[in-house]
Amino acid sequence: MAGEVPIEQLADDMFQVVSDSAGQKKLKAKDLTKAVIAKYGDKISKDDTKAAIRLLIDSGRCVYGYFGGSSIELPHTEGSANE
Amino acid sequence: MSDELKTPLLDELEKGPWPSFITDLKSMADRPMVRDLLGQLEKSYRDKQGYWKHGGLVGIMGYGGGVIGRYSAIPDQFPGVSHFHTVRVNQPSGWFYTSEALNEIMDIWDEHGSGLTNMHGSTGDMVLLGTTTKELEPIFRALTAKDWDLGGSGSDLRTPSCCIGPARCENACYDTLALTYNITHKYQDELHRPMFNYKYKIKMSGCPNDCTAAMARSDMAIIGIWKDDIQIDQSAIAEYVDAGFNIQEYVIEKCPTKCITLEGKELKIDDSDCVKCVHCINVLPKALSPGKERGAAIALGGKAPIVDGALFATLIVPFIEIDEENGFEEVHDLLERIWEFWDEHGMNRERIGEFIERVTLKTFLEGIGVEPMPQQITQPRDNPYIFYEEYFEEETE
Ligand code: HEM
Ligand code: HEM
Ligand code: SF4
Ligand code: SF4
Repeated sequence: MAGEVPIEQLADDMFQVVSDSAGQKKLKAKDLTKAVIAKYGDKISKDDTKAAIRLLIDSGRCVYGYFGGSSIELPHTEGSANE
Repeated sequence: MSDELKTPLLDELEKGPWPSFITDLKSMADRPMVRDLLGQLEKSYRDKQGYWKHGGLVGIMGYGGGVIGRYSAIPDQFPGVSHFHTVRVNQPSGWFYTSEALNEIMDIWDEHGSGLTNMHGSTGDMVLLGTTTKELEPIFRALTAKDWDLGGSGSDLRTPSCCIGPARCENACYDTLALTYNITHKYQDELHRPMFNYKYKIKMSGCPNDCTAAMARSDMAIIGIWKDDIQIDQSAIAEYVDAGFNIQEYVIEKCPTKCITLEGKELKIDDSDCVKCVHCINVLPKALSPGKERGAAIALGGKAPIVDGALFATLIVPFIEIDEENGFEEVHDLLERIWEFWDEHGMNRERIGEFIERVTLKTFLEGIGVEPMPQQITQPRDNPYIFYEEYFEEETE
């Protein structure tokens, strides 16, 4: 059933996934959704995953990046950024 | 170094008959940002090479779209454009402003940015050109304090945009402004938090004149259309004839399906052959108007060449009710089914048009739950490989 896993837990899991792949692979919102669905199956809904991403971003733990496609990343200073 | 800015190559662009953006830029060259923009542009033209770097993470806290980050690759030479980020501001439907609203925007932009704008970008947004990373949050606060919001960018729902529709055009077949406003508000998450495979643009035109060029420029074109017969005011036709207007040459011969005839002063249309190109209505506006049963056709997949080549939209739904009373439910319902299927099976950076080409129209229609219809066939033998379930059943019996 959807809603069985607290949104905070999903956001924590997503944060872990992003941290694990930092510097190796840029992840998209869809990759995070897939990761938590793989873990919890139908205990969660798409709306739960959307809410978790919202929490993840609004808490400042992750930020959106863009290079060709949009990604969700740990906050950092971009190599291309000028002072 | 001389203080005088020399731009011999850019000056060439001022020589033609048309207004030049170079002239506009020069008129503001007292600002360091604009001055260095001209300088870097001149150097790019001279060296035949661009000097911009991608901005990557640059944005507003919480938003994944709305800011397009750019840095100069040669900030030592052009410090004014070391940062030159673009801010997309969601435009009002149909681009109607009061001068007060425009002044509001310009005051904010003069204070926090270069003062340069592009009204409007091809997405439809107001495009504010050139600011620094540290100004982004203050700009956002200033804009939102006045009820403005950023538009889309990245892999999200791009700022929906529309023609002026019924605000100026009596032949608009639905309220483009209302639908645009509704979709913008309903899908705020999709607009600000990129969650798609790639961008998704929706453009709304009130009639097949398609003044937003939705068929060529948007992933989802919502084009006003009618189902019944073109309305004819025969007395107005008679007036055109009496005034010596050559209906034969300008209307009848230009009808793509040759379904119009003129008998004396009476115009007849075989509506069963009309493909609703609106040519006759455009040319005889006093006499002809669209039918009374009005709604929209939905075509998907138009795009400019980025990853793959350019595509023109494919008609998916020949007629859909655009019902404001009903909260535009039919449009939302279709849109959500499209997103769901594209999300499930689409690949990274695959636009909806490329997705349809890859999985085939047949699979796509099945996936979004739309019946195959003759109107979806572009031309005979072009994309005919749709098999009706009924045929299989008959064969296997
Ligand atoms: C002068 C000789 C021929 C000419 C000019 C000719 C021309 C054509 C044309 C114009 C088409 C339609 C292509 C389209 O779909 O746009 C066609 C289809 C076809 N032709 Fe021919 N053809 C000739 C001989 C043959 C022969 C000898 C055969 C078989 C032995 C053949 C088999 C086919 C088949 C199977 C199709 C596809 C039919 C369909 O699915 O609609 N053709 N041909
Ligand atoms: C050099 C040999 C061949 C040529 C040049 C040829 C040419 C064509 C052409 C032009 C078409 C029409 C494609 C279209 O609809 O646009 C066609 C369709 C077809 N051909 Fe051939 N063909 C050849 C050999 C064969 C052979 C050996 C067979 C069967 C044993 C065959 C069976 C068919 C069938 C069934 C279609 C219709 C497919 C469909 O419309 O769904 N063809 N062929
Ligand atoms: S698309 Fe049609 S309704 Fe919209 S502005 Fe153009 S002519 Fe008018
Ligand atoms: S709308 Fe176009 S196709 Fe229809 S009758 Fe007029 S000119 Fe002909």
